[in-house]
Amino acid sequence: MNQALLLLGHIGGVARLTRRTFREALRRPFESNLLIAQIDSSGIGSWSIAVLTALFTGAVMAMQFAIGLEPYGASLYTGKLVSLGIVKELGPTLTAVLVGGRVGAGYTATIGSMNVTEQVDAISALGADPVRKLVVPRVLACIIALPLLTILADVVGCFGGMLITMDEVGVTWRFFVDQVIDTLSVGDILHGLGKSVFFGYFIAIIGCYVGLNTRGGTEGVGRSTTTTVVAISITVLVSNFFLTQLFFALAGHT
Amino acid sequence: MSTEVQAQEEPIITFRGVDKAFGPKVIYENLDLDIYRGEVLTVIGGSGMGKSVMLKMLIGLLKSDGGSIKAFGDEITTMEGQQLLGLRRRVAMLFQGAALFDSMSVAENIKYPLVEHGWGTPAEQNDRVAEVLEMVGMPGIEALRPSELSGGMKKRVGLARSIAVKPEVILYDEPTTGLDPLNVRRINGLILRLQEQLGVTSVVVTHDMDSCFTVTDRLAFLYDHKMSFVGTLDQAREADFPALQEFLQGGRGVLGDDEVAGLAEEGVNL
Repeated sequence: MNQALLLLGHIGGVARLTRRTFREALRRPFESNLLIAQIDSSGIGSWSIAVLTALFTGAVMAMQFAIGLEPYGASLYTGKLVSLGIVKELGPTLTAVLVGGRVGAGYTATIGSMNVTEQVDAISALGADPVRKLVVPRVLACIIALPLLTILADVVGCFGGMLITMDEVGVTWRFFVDQVIDTLSVGDILHGLGKSVFFGYFIAIIGCYVGLNTRGGTEGVGRSTTTTVVAISITVLVSNFFLTQLFFALAGHT
Repeated sequence: MSTEVQAQEEPIITFRGVDKAFGPKVIYENLDLDIYRGEVLTVIGGSGMGKSVMLKMLIGLLKSDGGSIKAFGDEITTMEGQQLLGLRRRVAMLFQGAALFDSMSVAENIKYPLVEHGWGTPAEQNDRVAEVLEMVGMPGIEALRPSELSGGMKKRVGLARSIAVKPEVILYDEPTTGLDPLNVRRINGLILRLQEQLGVTSVVVTHDMDSCFTVTDRLAFLYDHKMSFVGTLDQAREADFPALQEFLQGGRGVLGDDEVAGLAEEGVNL
């Protein structure tokens, strides 16, 4: 009961922070240098883990389908299943969980230690707004970077799937690529990218919120960072279920 | 405008009936305090009693639960946006750990308030950075990072950052805590020089009684959730108030514990 109330309190806190963030984001002048720095460190800095995860996930899916479908003589459909699975689910979700762990924890550690050393207060005292300086660039950077990383993960994941499918099933790369292009509709791709926009928002807002509410010195920063990683992973995986329903509904599959 | 005459009359900052609690922990109850132009007022009291909370309330970082706080005639408790910005240009704060931005150089730190308040051209801002670093006795360290500075140097850079926009009031949160005797003297000297040369009003929160005796014009003793005593040092010494006397002379036990608590606040694990 108490836990539930606490959780509700935090959801309310995140909602208030979201409102302040978007209000500050719309106020002129727009501080693009802060945004670019964040896209660089959060987005571009995460490309390698996104690529590595996607490559092996695509490969292992292809292996499972190629072997699993063989008794039914359906191994030739591996490319269809792999590409749909990657583009609609595993590309956006796994990227969000992994990048979320890296980036979100970093946000919490940075903002949390600024908070316990009164640097967040100092931003206010020196005539600026901490939400504008710290939260806005991070939220926008993640909302922009996550879909881009997801596109990268989609491409690399399908590539990994292709390598294994060529080997296990014996199709040519040409066959695989044609099959993927044939299978995926624009709607499928938008389905995955749409979800990744929400994941980007969750990663940044949770990382910042926990950081801004960090108390208790360096120990508190450690606790907060753990909280963030857990909260982001759970939020991404649980919200994925509901976002998938939402996007299916938007596409007319009710 | 004659500051001497004003000092006798209108306070520039007033607390009236201010209440503040964090959850069940009561910090202030019906707190009153007047601060006059050009004076150094020191607030003393035990650790964990919320001495620095009043400083944060004074620049709108914390909201009071009730009562009125006025600065330069304007009510602070209801201020937002542009008004707060204006207030923070006139009232600056030196944080306990200096609170320099780790991700920026010394020059960028000092320029921060200048940029946010739209103070001068970039060239004028650079000149101002050099000027305030000179004032705190550390010229030419613009390119250093906060991680390369000692505790005392950080405090002085923090002070340079606070005075960059030429505030009228400076709030000091434990300015000498955790510093060596030489740096304590330097900081006290700076507080006095800012008062004498620039007419800056200072509010110093401290539990360092030696520094208090050196710099202060008046003393406010936070006890029992309010300013139980306010007056000059001489008045304080003569006051019939055992808790205050214990603080002023000797109270070694009290001060010793405070020092330990002060270190713990700074993240030093004893």
